[in-house]
Amino acid sequence: MTAADIHRTIVSVWRIEQPRLITSLSRMLRDVSLAEDLTQETLLAALEHWPATGVPEKPGAWLMATAKRRALDHLRRGKMLARKHDMVASDMEQEQQAMPDLDSSLDDDIGDELLRLIFTACHPLLSREARAALALRMICGLTTEEIARAFLLPAATIGQRIVRAKRTLSESGLTYETPSGEQLSERLASVLEVVYLIFNEGYTAARGEHWLRPQLCHEALRMGRVLTSIAPHEPEAHGLLALMEFNASRIAARTDPAGEPVLLLEQNRALWDQLQIRRGMLALARAGELDGADGFYALQAAIIACHAQASTADETDWPRISGLYARLAAIIRSPVIELNRAVAVGMAEGPAAALILVDRLAHEPALKAYHLLASVRGDLLQKLGRFEEARAAFEAAAGLAGNKRERDLLKRRAAEAIAMQN
Amino acid sequence: MRFMYIVTPAHAVPPTPELMDAVHKLAEREIKAGRMLGSGALTPRTSGAQVRIADGELSVIDGPFVEAKEVIGGYAIFELKDKQEAVAKAVEFMQVHRDHMPGWEGTCEVRAFAGP
Repeated sequence: MTAADIHRTIVSVWRIEQPRLITSLSRMLRDVSLAEDLTQETLLAALEHWPATGVPEKPGAWLMATAKRRALDHLRRGKMLARKHDMVASDMEQEQQAMPDLDSSLDDDIGDELLRLIFTACHPLLSREARAALALRMICGLTTEEIARAFLLPAATIGQRIVRAKRTLSESGLTYETPSGEQLSERLASVLEVVYLIFNEGYTAARGEHWLRPQLCHEALRMGRVLTSIAPHEPEAHGLLALMEFNASRIAARTDPAGEPVLLLEQNRALWDQLQIRRGMLALARAGELDGADGFYALQAAIIACHAQASTADETDWPRISGLYARLAAIIRSPVIELNRAVAVGMAEGPAAALILVDRLAHEPALKAYHLLASVRGDLLQKLGRFEEARAAFEAAAGLAGNKRERDLLKRRAAEAIAMQN
Repeated sequence: MRFMYIVTPAHAVPPTPELMDAVHKLAEREIKAGRMLGSGALTPRTSGAQVRIADGELSVIDGPFVEAKEVIGGYAIFELKDKQEAVAKAVEFMQVHRDHMPGWEGTCEVRAFAGP
């Protein structure tokens, strides 16, 4: 192995093991921020030792032993250390010396600890952006630079965000616990929100030249899978996972070879990932079994499931989709959902019925700068043969779109409207 | 990135219960960690069939075959960041074999899916 190979191997192993390291240290130290710092130090230790000694046979166990040793040193160094802490430390040391236990890394069930870590990283005390950065760092093991690249922000900004978030967590004296009862679903909502934010940041890539940033989608999906396995009785966790699996199943079909976006109904359905669709169906069914069919995420997943189940665009069950949107609108009033409902109504009942709904949204302040409102309006007008109005709507939409590829698509549609007029 | 792991033992020796148990534990951990998307064991190659094209001729050869070199194989599908991470996982998987069934020999092939 070359030095570069070893370096990459270390980073890979560390990335995989990191959540286990943080959770174990958090349990010892009762301080997530400190646990994260010491975990980073463990990475540095590996980077220092392994190039000389070679990668150990059980790299995960090596990292865990080193991290725990650092945590012990830290406990010992503490000047305020009470005798009791010494006893805890010596117990741990004995446990430590009993290593290496071949199966320790297999038996160590970190489910509850990981859940605790996720709840801490996604604490409502932190801003949504800070929660997302912290989750990517502590749960997914991304570096500050990787997170910055993913969010198209300077590394210094993300670094600051993480430092501040960790300080907030340390200073707040939050108990490192899993909430229970009513608090659990409330707090879970804040976790799911962050996971969905990360997914969408990758999936819709609102800014920049690229339509997709798949790594963020994959990290969010992985967190979603972790959540459903460690909190299996929460229907919305399954609903969100289903929603993400379905959306991600279309990643390969969403852009053409030149990188241009391909809209849902024009996508080559053979490129849809059937393994992922199947996983989405299972998760959605699970949400339903847990009485969660009318959840915010489960309903959106059910809508996409209609697309996933249609083998051609013409077979799409639009009446069912428009019914699901009506149910979604009943639980959450959102102009964006209303706009989507209008699209479904347009497919189920025709463009005239949809245009009435869309025009009702014309004065929604939340949609003033939303390019999709103008874009949907343009589409409906075009279907109604009102080409001049369609052109104006597409041009307005192009002026509002933040993503270059999307802007180009809208300009093309405006040009098509002109061509049809002539 | 998505990876396919194809495991082929070198000898016709069934896995010991200890090895099976350790592999199941590892699989469970990987499912919980959201990395393993699917897996399966394959029945012995000798009972399968082969459809071949050679010299422009298409032929169907139905088992059982006599050459009983490989007893059972399996596959797993993982979603991981990159090849490096995929290899690290395969090393861990094979190390479990070495720990729990000394003498076991075989190959774990790591192949990335084509596409994004």
